[in-house]
Amino acid sequence: MAKIKMAKARPPHEGRRFANSAISIEQALPASRISLRAGSNELAELTKPLGFKLPSKPGTSKTKSGLSALWLGPDEWLLINNDPQAISKLMENLDAVKCSNVDISHRNTAIIISGKAAEDVLNSGCPRDLSLDAFPPGFCSRTLFGKIEIILWRLSENSFHIEVWRSYSEYLWTFLLDASKDAG
Amino acid sequence: MSAQNRIKGHGQLSLAKTINFTFDGTTYQGLEGDTLASALLANGVHLAGRSFKYHRPRGILSAGPEEPNALVNIARDSTRSQPNIRATVQELYDGLTAESQNRWPSLAFDFSAINDGLAPFFPAGFYYKTFKWPPKAWDKLYEPIIRAAAGLGKSPAEADPDRYANRYAHCDVLIAGGGIAGLTAALAAAKAGKKIILCDENPNFGGAILYDNALEIDGLSATEWVEKAVAELAALENVRLLTRTTAFGYYAQNFVALAERVTEHMAEPDPALPRERLWQVRAKEVILATGAIERHLVFADNDRPGIMLASAAQKYLNQYGVAIGANVGVFTACDSAWAAAFDLKKAGVNIAAIVDLRDNPPLELQEKAQTCGIRILRGYTVTKTSGRLRVQSISVQPINGGTVEQIRVDALLNSAGWTPSVHLFSQSRGKLKWHQDRDLFLPDIYVQDCISIGACNGTFDENELIAEAQAAGNATRKKAKAIRIENQSSWAGNAIGAAPGAGPSDNVKAFVDFQNDVTAKDIRLAVREGMHSIEHVKRFTTTGMATDQGKLSNMHGLAIAAEQLGKNLPDVGLTTFRAPYTPVTFSTIANHARGPLFDPTRKTPMHQWAVDKGAVFEDVGPWKRAWYFPKAGEDMHAAVNRECVAVRKKAGIFDATTLGKIEITGPDAAEFLNRLYTNPWTKLGVGRCRYGIMCREDGFIYDDGVIGRITDDRFHVTTTTGGAPRVMNHMEDYLQTEFTDLDVHLTSTSEQWAVIAVQGPLAREIIEPLVEGIDLSHEAMPHMSVREGKICGVPTRLFRMSFTGEMGFEINVPADYGESVWQAVYAQGEPRGLTPYGTEAMHVLRAEKGYIIVGQDTDGTVTPHDAGLSWAIGKAKPDFVGKRGMRRPDLVAEGRRQLVGLRTKNPKVVLEEGAQIVATPGQTVPPAIPPAIPMKMIGFVTSSYWSEALGHSIALALVEDGHSLEGDTLYVPMEDRTIEVEVSGCVFYDLDGGRLNGKN
Repeated sequence: MAKIKMAKARPPHEGRRFANSAISIEQALPASRISLRAGSNELAELTKPLGFKLPSKPGTSKTKSGLSALWLGPDEWLLINNDPQAISKLMENLDAVKCSNVDISHRNTAIIISGKAAEDVLNSGCPRDLSLDAFPPGFCSRTLFGKIEIILWRLSENSFHIEVWRSYSEYLWTFLLDASKDAG
Repeated sequence: MSAQNRIKGHGQLSLAKTINFTFDGTTYQGLEGDTLASALLANGVHLAGRSFKYHRPRGILSAGPEEPNALVNIARDSTRSQPNIRATVQELYDGLTAESQNRWPSLAFDFSAINDGLAPFFPAGFYYKTFKWPPKAWDKLYEPIIRAAAGLGKSPAEADPDRYANRYAHCDVLIAGGGIAGLTAALAAAKAGKKIILCDENPNFGGAILYDNALEIDGLSATEWVEKAVAELAALENVRLLTRTTAFGYYAQNFVALAERVTEHMAEPDPALPRERLWQVRAKEVILATGAIERHLVFADNDRPGIMLASAAQKYLNQYGVAIGANVGVFTACDSAWAAAFDLKKAGVNIAAIVDLRDNPPLELQEKAQTCGIRILRGYTVTKTSGRLRVQSISVQPINGGTVEQIRVDALLNSAGWTPSVHLFSQSRGKLKWHQDRDLFLPDIYVQDCISIGACNGTFDENELIAEAQAAGNATRKKAKAIRIENQSSWAGNAIGAAPGAGPSDNVKAFVDFQNDVTAKDIRLAVREGMHSIEHVKRFTTTGMATDQGKLSNMHGLAIAAEQLGKNLPDVGLTTFRAPYTPVTFSTIANHARGPLFDPTRKTPMHQWAVDKGAVFEDVGPWKRAWYFPKAGEDMHAAVNRECVAVRKKAGIFDATTLGKIEITGPDAAEFLNRLYTNPWTKLGVGRCRYGIMCREDGFIYDDGVIGRITDDRFHVTTTTGGAPRVMNHMEDYLQTEFTDLDVHLTSTSEQWAVIAVQGPLAREIIEPLVEGIDLSHEAMPHMSVREGKICGVPTRLFRMSFTGEMGFEINVPADYGESVWQAVYAQGEPRGLTPYGTEAMHVLRAEKGYIIVGQDTDGTVTPHDAGLSWAIGKAKPDFVGKRGMRRPDLVAEGRRQLVGLRTKNPKVVLEEGAQIVATPGQTVPPAIPPAIPMKMIGFVTSSYWSEALGHSIALALVEDGHSLEGDTLYVPMEDRTIEVEVSGCVFYDLDGGRLNGKN
């Protein structure tokens, strides 16, 4: 049998970037992502495969050794590992404990938006209160941006990570660029 | 042209900063800071428009957002043309070009002014009375004429080239209105550390005190105090100041919409800026400081150009340095008009007389008037006015009768007192209370966290107002520093309804609503004709229904209706205040949601490949799907035939990514599926698939799809493309409310997987060389199975399944690899005849096999039995969603429409989808000329195609008792002929299904 040519990954908007004096928008690199669902009785078991205790307060997140867990609901977390190759190991580890783990690495893609106008640009489409008091660094939420659903995660005072389903990322990019014209 | 009415030493504008503008083709000079109205008045132009119905000449009545008359069209270019702009709020810019409206051929001579003379023929409600007979004239005559005459201004025909923005914002305190009350509250709240948004519709903060020259606040003039207050607020980080920003809508939970006009005042708008910006503000607390609007008096011919609100004249003088006339009369029931008269007198304008309806206006005002040498007529009314394009005289008479005297004037100020602007309060669902002693509706019961302060709360005294504002801004803190007020002018005195001389017995045109030409007489007529609620009066007369929404007219209309009914005013009711407070452009509300942002467009990872191959796309919900792939010279029909033949003879490749996918996990996953789908799932082995049908509680088909069992507790569910979100919701709903006993989780994986369908006799040999770790042989991987392994070196969930009737596979790969794997499969198969096919060919292929499409062959009233899918119902299951619904008497009764196949007697004729079916020949399509036999429809065509594989047309249809009609002849009446059809089973091709297994 002839050697099979390996398929090439083509993530959406690979390398896309925009910047002006007030704002920078860039497509995040591919990552491993898992939708993790578990009941309160199962939380303790999860500490071992994850390497940390899952955040349990609404809107909070936890990051350790490249793995982040974002609280999305009382029984729901989004796990993100910056290493796209980490997914099999992560799935395997979670398979061993009682929980629901579904690979969504390719369902979602992410856009990083930073700069002094990031909050204003996001508030062009997102109705959440993004002031530092209400939405501090580390805070995350499933929310709306225009007509689409996103998960917004504040990385630092002026930097946000936006998770979006891949086919909606074009809409998100277009909206962010349009809104960036009103910031700066 | 020079501005002859600009008075040196008056106003706040710099005489050095001149700019040019044109109105109806004439170029005039204005000053920076002017409104279009103030600049026109400075040039002696009062005539600014024609009224809507009677085309009466109308002048500038006000100096604010309430303006009903001076509505103009302003065009920067052909694409930037906007009608109905109030000249009183439009800031002047160099080169502004304005045109008057509703006149032909010119403003001074308007042909349609003949309507004014014909007024007796246009009474209130004339639309409802006049155009009744003959009935046929409505379409041909009345409606075209009315449509041509209707509407004010011309809407632009071209797309709006400007950009609009949106901003969501949150704050502790939103203050609507930046007059003395709003500024005071903002200062107090800011000092308490609250996060504040203060907005005002004007270019500058300050409101009404900006034109009060007498007032002193803390020893400063009003303008100095405003400047200081604004500077103080602007320096604070917790304060956002928004001028040119109207709070126009107050919604639930303190959600307030603001429209900010960003570039409307600029001669050359900065292209970096949006034209307008919508602010959607969620405030913990709202402070309403929206002020009050002065009312006009309702007297005979009160609409001549030159007749103006007293406060407007005062504002034009003190803010803009413009005298509205040289010999001015004053007609009032309110103290504040006296102050306006004094200011004008001081500026050198002759005051012909102050006519006050009251017998005893305050003595100090009378003394001051006497000192200035102004004639006072107490207890007098104005009975009529003269002057065609500008008022020339007024006739005055004591209220209790007596000699009529004519007084020459070139302008007339008038005031009936002040109406608090309770629009936003009312929109917040707050309840108003009528204060009989003051003739005012004032905020009473609040339903949101909001408070009204200042004039909009009826607080006209500046000292009380300051205390109220400080308390509102800083409720929890100790008493704020007192602010000293001196020389305030009084706003006391009121008149509502028709003035004496415009009463029930007088046959005069005393206008209540200028914009819609409603007179006191019209309102009385409406009451006499049986309109006893103000809501009826409003609609019958159209009072308050124009773009100004009755800011000036509502109270008068109410009072006249109450008088005519012999009721107290509050018993007549009050019309609802609705958003927007002032007109807002559609573009501002749409803001970013235009063009590509109107709605998201979803594309699959293989989209670009299809584009490059010349695919024609169709919209399926938000998705773009390849419809067919025409080769050079092919029409759709030819392309689809070729694609279908390729799949039947060799193989086709199809992008099935858009199908919904849900991963169902957990120990109870199979039981969950048992309850949600009609089929049984417990015994489905790992690695096997089954076609499932999902019903709603009512027993009707909701969705369908193939479900594969990946492991014992993990299922890969597919749904229809359009059904994906609602199926997920349906499942979550049951899981969270009905089946809480089940340990199951649902995750949407629709976009995790790119799905490449390879269908046809050669499917296996095409993909086999690319696959690792899966035995693709028929024995190892039969029809309806699923395996995990690798394709092109990446993980796949490989399904052996078919929606074409051919042996086929659906390759699921992580979406980033979709395009690359697709290309590899295509490269592998193309030499062997692998052909890309689109959704149209897919539809034909599945119809040849009688596979239904939910939503096309079902319409939400079709049960699995009706669709011929009884085999998919797990009869042994104790329960599933829809089981009881299916037993409803009407769902088991005879006569239900059932899905059947149809073959046309003439094999070349392709039926139209949606065509209706009858049982006997001779029935024709209505509206045929009688005496056709009335058509009795027994069903309709749901799917219809030309089948190249079979050489004849095929169709699916829902027909009453269709399952028992096989072999019968039915008829499809069309407009030009009747088509004979024979009822068949739903499967047309490969009846025993051998091809699915690679046989036949």
